[in-house]
Amino acid sequence: MSALAQVGQVARRSILRTARQPANIIFPFVFPTALLAVTSAGLHSATRIPGFPSDSFLAFFLAFPFIQGALFATMNAGTDLARDIQSGFLNRLALTPLHGGALIVGQLGGIAVLAFVQNCYYLTVGLIVGVRLESGIVGGIVLIILATGVAIAFGALGAFFALRTGSGEAVQGLFPLLFVGLFLSSMNLPRNLIEADWFRTVATLNPISYLIEGLGSLIILGWDVEALALAFGFAAILAAGSLAAATWALSMRLTRT
Amino acid sequence: MRNFWSVAFAVAWRVLHNVLTTPSLLVPGLIFPLFFFTAFAGGLSRVDNIPGFDFPNGYTAFQFVFVLLQSAAFGGVFTGFGVARDFEYGFARRLLLGAPRRSGIVLGYALAATGRWLLTATILTIVALAVGMEVGGNGINLVALYTLALFVNLAGAFWASGVAMRLRTVQAGPVMQLPVFLALFFAPVYVPLSLLEGWLHAVASVNPTTFLLEGGRSLISGSTEHVSAGFLVAIALACVLSVWSWRGLKSAERAGV
Repeated sequence: MSALAQVGQVARRSILRTARQPANIIFPFVFPTALLAVTSAGLHSATRIPGFPSDSFLAFFLAFPFIQGALFATMNAGTDLARDIQSGFLNRLALTPLHGGALIVGQLGGIAVLAFVQNCYYLTVGLIVGVRLESGIVGGIVLIILATGVAIAFGALGAFFALRTGSGEAVQGLFPLLFVGLFLSSMNLPRNLIEADWFRTVATLNPISYLIEGLGSLIILGWDVEALALAFGFAAILAAGSLAAATWALSMRLTRT
Repeated sequence: MRNFWSVAFAVAWRVLHNVLTTPSLLVPGLIFPLFFFTAFAGGLSRVDNIPGFDFPNGYTAFQFVFVLLQSAAFGGVFTGFGVARDFEYGFARRLLLGAPRRSGIVLGYALAATGRWLLTATILTIVALAVGMEVGGNGINLVALYTLALFVNLAGAFWASGVAMRLRTVQAGPVMQLPVFLALFFAPVYVPLSLLEGWLHAVASVNPTTFLLEGGRSLISGSTEHVSAGFLVAIALACVLSVWSWRGLKSAERAGV
């Protein structure tokens, strides 16, 4: 079997497994949308702050569900892989000619499909409730590509943690940490409007801020080359670093006989 | 009556001992309120510049009340997870067989929730004061604020334990959490009710949590406005949900757990 066919088989298994677990489908769709609704309504008056870049907080905040959905992808990828380790499935795979890289890439293929569907859903919800993309239709396509790339990057991070710890609970324990990272970013206000110096510093050092700002720029600003370059750059760095770490962790775990 | 209290204290001690000696149970309950407080009070402090935002003690105090009440409610909900675990793993069966007065079990879980929340509230208060929260209320106002939160904590514990005793599985977690989450966030979380617009204003105007928040915010700023309504709601919730929890116990007894 070629490497590509191996990737396809693992990806197919990953997609089917996700599809068969309603919780893995429902939460990534419901929670980000619910938070979008509540926060955008609750903070609508923040658009009156001088210098706020949009007259719609909903449009500003629409970048949030894409990132939160990517965090769910991390959990799904990591938890499924950890389950394979705990159940001994990975050990049995080690006895087959399956290439280690195909396992990780295939697993991420499944995450990419789910993330793509999620991202189309978030964008559709946004458009239905009246958000207009300043970057137009092409911007919408770039938005989906960037958000799916971010999900793959986070998915690789989840895979790394799963392979390193071999425990689904440990991967679940990562979620609060990532969630903290999300909340300590510029998700609620642009960085130049964050009043607390220490928070602005943390948000500036936090890569998630740049991912959010890149996604948000397509929605509320149009084509902001700097914001997009930073977002794609950080997503690529995160993906490359996480993939390298996951590949290393897999090589440490797999003992071929 | 002695049997009732001995059962209550024994259950409370056991739950508290479990929580305090198990980091995975203790840490999330401590960390999440701090992280919400940090994210909201730090990241959104510019919100107090919005025209019409007239809370006298600044945004940190405004958000502190929300996070205090949220920690109280979720302190109760987290205890419900423990109740569900006791039922799922069979401990509750032995507890029901061994307890001379079973109604003490419900109170025991509630006392444990309170003990757990007091630790969270203490740390949260220290952090809030350390970052310069302005307190306008006097000692009596503050005692009243924590008493209000205590009733919310009891209400949360009674709600979650009632669900846990009916469903008797850890998988009931979302059923315990989601209504509390929605009740809290469909309220004036980020700005006062007068600054909310649209559907959220309509929902928040009839949401009982709004009275709790407004009462608590009045207390921290030294006012008495909305305080009686807040206490009325908190006490009513605790009383009604204690019946819900007690009937949950009866349901578990009937099921022969």
